[in-house]
Amino acid sequence: MSEHQSPSPERPRIGVDEWVASAEQRRERTVAGRIEDAVERAPAAAKLVVFALPFAIFPLFTDSEYLTQVGIDTLIYVLLALGLNVVVGWVGLLDLGFVAFFGLGAYLYAALASEYAGRHWEAQFVVPLIAVAVAATGFLVGLPSRRLVGDYLAIVTLFFLQIWLVVLINAEFTRGPNGISDIYPLKLFGREIVSPGGYYYVTFAAFVLVVAFLYLLNRSRTGRAWNALRDDELAAELMTMPVNRLKLMAFAVGAAIAGVAGALYAPQQGAVFPANFDIVLLITVYAMVVLGGAGSIVGVTVGAVLINSSLEALRDPDDASWLFYVAIVLGLVLFMRPRWVPLVVLAGTAAFGLVVHELAEQLRPSLVAGSTFGTARVDEVLDSWVLLPEGAIGQDGLPAGALARIAYVGLVAAILGLTLIRNRVWRAVALVPVLYLGACVWENVLVAQPAVARFVLIGAMLVALMALRPQGLLGRQRVEIV
Amino acid sequence: MDWDKLVQLLVNGVTLGSVYALVALGFSMVYGILKLLNLAHGDVLMVGAFVGWGVLGWLGGAQDPTVAVWLVIVLMILAAMVGGGLLGVAIERFAYRPLRRAPRIAPLISALGVSFFLQNSVLLLFGANFRSYDSFDLVDVGVGVDWGPFHIWVMRIVVVVSALAMMAGLWLLVTRSKLGKAMRATAFDREAAAMMGIDVDRVIVKTFFIGSALAGAAGVLVGLVFFQINHFMGFNYGLKGFTAAVVGGIGSIPGAMVGGLFIGLAEAFSVGYIEDFTRGRLGSAFSDLVVFLILVVFMLLRPQGIFGKPEVKKV
Repeated sequence: MSEHQSPSPERPRIGVDEWVASAEQRRERTVAGRIEDAVERAPAAAKLVVFALPFAIFPLFTDSEYLTQVGIDTLIYVLLALGLNVVVGWVGLLDLGFVAFFGLGAYLYAALASEYAGRHWEAQFVVPLIAVAVAATGFLVGLPSRRLVGDYLAIVTLFFLQIWLVVLINAEFTRGPNGISDIYPLKLFGREIVSPGGYYYVTFAAFVLVVAFLYLLNRSRTGRAWNALRDDELAAELMTMPVNRLKLMAFAVGAAIAGVAGALYAPQQGAVFPANFDIVLLITVYAMVVLGGAGSIVGVTVGAVLINSSLEALRDPDDASWLFYVAIVLGLVLFMRPRWVPLVVLAGTAAFGLVVHELAEQLRPSLVAGSTFGTARVDEVLDSWVLLPEGAIGQDGLPAGALARIAYVGLVAAILGLTLIRNRVWRAVALVPVLYLGACVWENVLVAQPAVARFVLIGAMLVALMALRPQGLLGRQRVEIV
Repeated sequence: MDWDKLVQLLVNGVTLGSVYALVALGFSMVYGILKLLNLAHGDVLMVGAFVGWGVLGWLGGAQDPTVAVWLVIVLMILAAMVGGGLLGVAIERFAYRPLRRAPRIAPLISALGVSFFLQNSVLLLFGANFRSYDSFDLVDVGVGVDWGPFHIWVMRIVVVVSALAMMAGLWLLVTRSKLGKAMRATAFDREAAAMMGIDVDRVIVKTFFIGSALAGAAGVLVGLVFFQINHFMGFNYGLKGFTAAVVGGIGSIPGAMVGGLFIGLAEAFSVGYIEDFTRGRLGSAFSDLVVFLILVVFMLLRPQGIFGKPEVKKV
């Protein structure tokens, strides 16, 4: 890439030496850069208080047990994302066995405090013990790939996850797929915690401790060495940093945090099953880390909260249906310039839909004979706008004929094709039918299975994010010399 | 000694191994050229298996196919190869090419996303239930080669032979054709190859097409001999394929073949004998443990694999 070409925001900035050297000055001139620096200079304790405050007061605003439960889940996810961030964000290793450590923590808790195990140890002993044990396991798993590049580590850890699941499902002492379902509640200094609110604050306390620990760790000698290692392993080695030891250490720290999360998760659920620790969870946690911005504590926390709350919201078809349209409108307004373009595109899509719907009604009435899944008011409007073929979805929620499948594959191809159009005008024009097709597929196929649809969206989001904004929402862009 | 069991396991191992070898080949080729771990490779196999299943249904199903049986099989494999190949090209174009200059971890995460997307898309469209090829209806299990007390189903022979034929074809392509030369040059040094007038992007696209076509075909072969397919099958085959490639020596074509056979045999024999060896303490499901141990041992003792050369990096 030449010096004169202005660096486009969608790729890591690459330039010649002076350009790279002045990157810091340019960053300081921007508003975002100044805010960043001001935050950087604020006292650590104040930052922690401001950061933890929303989580601390969350239960005061809700008395619903369900929401408290969602809050606990979110905090557990945040812990997981923070742990993964150490490995992926700070050291740049790909750990695909991460959720196995989470599962190990949960099962170890079950082994130390359940009716099945016949003991009930107190949490102040159990949690540190589990952290140490899981860290040691993480160390051992990382060991075989110590001499090798990150890719081998990915294979070994992925295989480790597989082995972990095989053991869980088939071994007798874990009770196989039935799981261990008689776990005792947390007992902290002789007091048992039974209410969701209690668990929320215990998890919150763990969250604050972990954040403080990670903040200090990141600024320590080790943390700086990790960052150096991630940016240039070779240079780090030449500076006499013990590369392998640092990598294994990061691995162990990440595993320990996952283990703590597991130790808090098990008593709160009251049961552990192998299916709780599979690859779906792994990719969800990766999405959290990457969306928020790998490397930034605030970033991954925001990522975890965002993803978990949207996953929760997408559970219900009624909510999912309006969320989809809000997300589309927001996306268009945020990313399309000048400001009037999204309005034109949206109006065009609405008109396009009405025309297509009218045509279909005249020519092939069977294409509009169905109805939407939801019962909200928005669905009544949608009924006369999107194509809803009769019987496109069978009783089991799966597409019944070829039509829905073809429409889905066509939509994916159309979205990919859209990214190939360079001309902005044509792209906006082509966006109109794609949006309409998207709405049709959404109402017919995706809403029928919200549980699957949300993971489809996560997968697509990971790919899109990597291509468009690899640093995530709050991560800092890397500057490199080629 | 139970010879019948031994031969059965041997046959199983070779069948499984030839599938792993096909997966390992595609994986290894892509790694050789891009130094990229294509984590979505197993899912290309899964999609190929579903394409083959679709073609089978379209031709009237396994019970009364509308065309000759051999033609059904050939068409299934060809369709899966084209489907898998196109999918591979699309993955390269949209998930990996924008990230050529990004930090190493970015394409890997993108690959995770692709893998997750493909799995859940198939789950969305076809459901979580296993689909069956019912290939025992296509060719009766009784038809086969009888050799003394041993019986080998002809479908297994078809699968192994077609896998071997594809590998031989690939070998000829890489060693004899102009494209193969370009692929080897690109794998050796991408920049130098570009300076010698090789259109590197096109070579990469073709490599992805060929590697993914092999995975797609492997998906159909899996369906033909093991009958059942579902949206998650790619994980297992991808994982074993990677292991085979690492054990054989990543980036090496004969290494991928040998590694595939080795892993397939190891898995088949541990399925058969792990219960005897551990006196019933570990069931056959623990065969993965044996394969994992093989991987770890190779990582520790010979990280470059059987056929690989130790990497010498110039600073």
